[in-house]
Amino acid sequence: MVMDKASFEEKSKEIRRLTIECIGNLGVGHIGGCLSIVDVLTVLYYSQMNVDPANPKMEGRDRLIISKGHAGPALYATLASKGFFPKDELYTLNRLGTNLPSHCDMNKTPGVDMTTGALGQGFSCAVGIAIGSKIKKDGAYIYTIIGDGESQEGQIWEAAMLAAHKKLDNLIAFTDYNKLQIDGPIDEVNSLSDLPAKWESFGWHVQRIDGHDHFAIYEAIEKAKKTEGKPSMIILDTIKGKGVSFIEAVGAGNHNMPITKEQLEAALQELR
Amino acid sequence: MEMRAVFASELDRMMESDERIVVIDSDLSKANGTLFLRNKYPERAFDVGVAEQNMASVAAGLASYGFIPFITSFCPFATRRICDQIAISIAYAKQNVKIVGTDPGISAELNGGTHMSMEDIGVVRSIPSMVIFEPVDAVQLKKSMPKIVEYDGPVYLRLFRKAQPQIFNDDYEFDLFKADVIQEGKDVTIAASGIMLGESLRAGEILRQKGINAEIINVHTIKPIDSDTILKSVAKTGCIVTAENHNIIGGLRSAIAEVICEKCQVPLRSVGVEDIFGEVGTLEELKIRFGLTAENIAAKALEAVEAKK
Ligand SMILES: Cc1ncc(C[n+]2csc(CCOP(=O)(O)OP(=O)(O)O)c2C)c(N)n1
Ligand SMILES: [Mg+2]
Repeated sequence: MVMDKASFEEKSKEIRRLTIECIGNLGVGHIGGCLSIVDVLTVLYYSQMNVDPANPKMEGRDRLIISKGHAGPALYATLASKGFFPKDELYTLNRLGTNLPSHCDMNKTPGVDMTTGALGQGFSCAVGIAIGSKIKKDGAYIYTIIGDGESQEGQIWEAAMLAAHKKLDNLIAFTDYNKLQIDGPIDEVNSLSDLPAKWESFGWHVQRIDGHDHFAIYEAIEKAKKTEGKPSMIILDTIKGKGVSFIEAVGAGNHNMPITKEQLEAALQELR
Repeated sequence: MEMRAVFASELDRMMESDERIVVIDSDLSKANGTLFLRNKYPERAFDVGVAEQNMASVAAGLASYGFIPFITSFCPFATRRICDQIAISIAYAKQNVKIVGTDPGISAELNGGTHMSMEDIGVVRSIPSMVIFEPVDAVQLKKSMPKIVEYDGPVYLRLFRKAQPQIFNDDYEFDLFKADVIQEGKDVTIAASGIMLGESLRAGEILRQKGINAEIINVHTIKPIDSDTILKSVAKTGCIVTAENHNIIGGLRSAIAEVICEKCQVPLRSVGVEDIFGEVGTLEELKIRFGLTAENIAAKALEAVEAKK
């Protein structure tokens, strides 16, 4: 069910707070690429996905594969807010023996649908899961989020070709188009040039929207669900580090950055 | 000085006079210290983005055109991700590409299991013609760089990128194919690589207090293995312990077992990652978690000595 604007925004703020709290508590982490996907995570978990926190392995559930696996902490914050596990567990992020490692691990964390972290692979896994759901005719939607830097991996395009060939209209993918990777702006490192045109030419239904506009995300998913015979790519124009001004200002350097206790306080203040 | 800084400044120095050297990164140039090279050598230093397989074969193409490319990533992506490109475009095609992986084994720390290469040596070692080199300190790394360029063939440089305690003095004479006997001894040989050399030296101290005199060898080149030095040592000590930051299958232990099984059968014990995947933690926590410690090496050495009887 779609929520009103204020509720969406409140949820996203809460998830951003939880994300930065767990990274800030440790002192370092992949903060930029976590904050850029919080709004899509909010829309997915609070208005679209058929999942059950009490039964994370429910048959026929919708699934989400975070192919840019370093965004684990944002997913953990979302899952904790939904009640998949206690929020306190977020403080164990990246500590020895944790169930919340920096990169998503389906064997450790309730609600995580695929193990990712070696870029490019999660997207192919999502295609495999979507094929499986078609064979079983269980009516599930398979969601996946890839990075724009990740889109430089050849494996992304091998999977893209197969998904269109297989007419996987149950597959709804997002590109977190924050225009930054570790070494700098995507356009300076190895440009994706006309990204929507690339996906269109691969036979995908393509939409490009503001990745921080909850309604736009909700509507785009609705349109994707109505699209028959084609997988959907929703390109999200996003800001790496979105929501915390000093993190946004760091630019590419916010990929994996240290957070001091003072910075954590300032960030939480801004996210009130 | 951090190992990555030494690595990059040596590249810089050599690129000035040797126009064959090319450096290709795959979105980890900040992590690997090589970012600044592209300002100075805009044509010969560049980034392919997150596309390691492409990087490897592009490098092979450049090598076939007379260049000496260094390609960089983290260890897992510089080896298992590009295994077929190393095997075919680089090794089988006989192309002179230098592959550089950083954060070997547990040194990937908070990046966790996906980024921990426990198998990279095994993967690369089973590809014909590959040289595998893991320096222990900045002096050795610095001395090795011109030798790696000089050597006509593919090399995998397994590089710990942060600072390492100094082992060698500036007058140290480096030979890419000769292991270093760091400390002579008569009761047990400890063959170590990478970060495990430091642990082995501490193990040597523990053993000395127990009246055991260990010979400690730094096996910086795991392939081709310097069997002469190993055999000479075990002929004297009669037993050996291997210590590596890698799966005990496929790496240093395997290389040494192959040598001694055929030529001089003595008791072998090993310290390494016992065929399990990595996980998140700090280096010191993970050393304990995986038993990559001086105490464990000393205990295995005592076992090996006992087994001689
Ligand atoms: C195969 C592989 N190569 C390299 C890396 C290291 N790495 C982690 S994140 C990253 C950059 C990703 O950029 P992007 O997809 O744009 O991520 P975002 O901006 O969304 O954080 C790299 C190179 C990796 N995890 N996997
Ligand atoms: Mg990006």
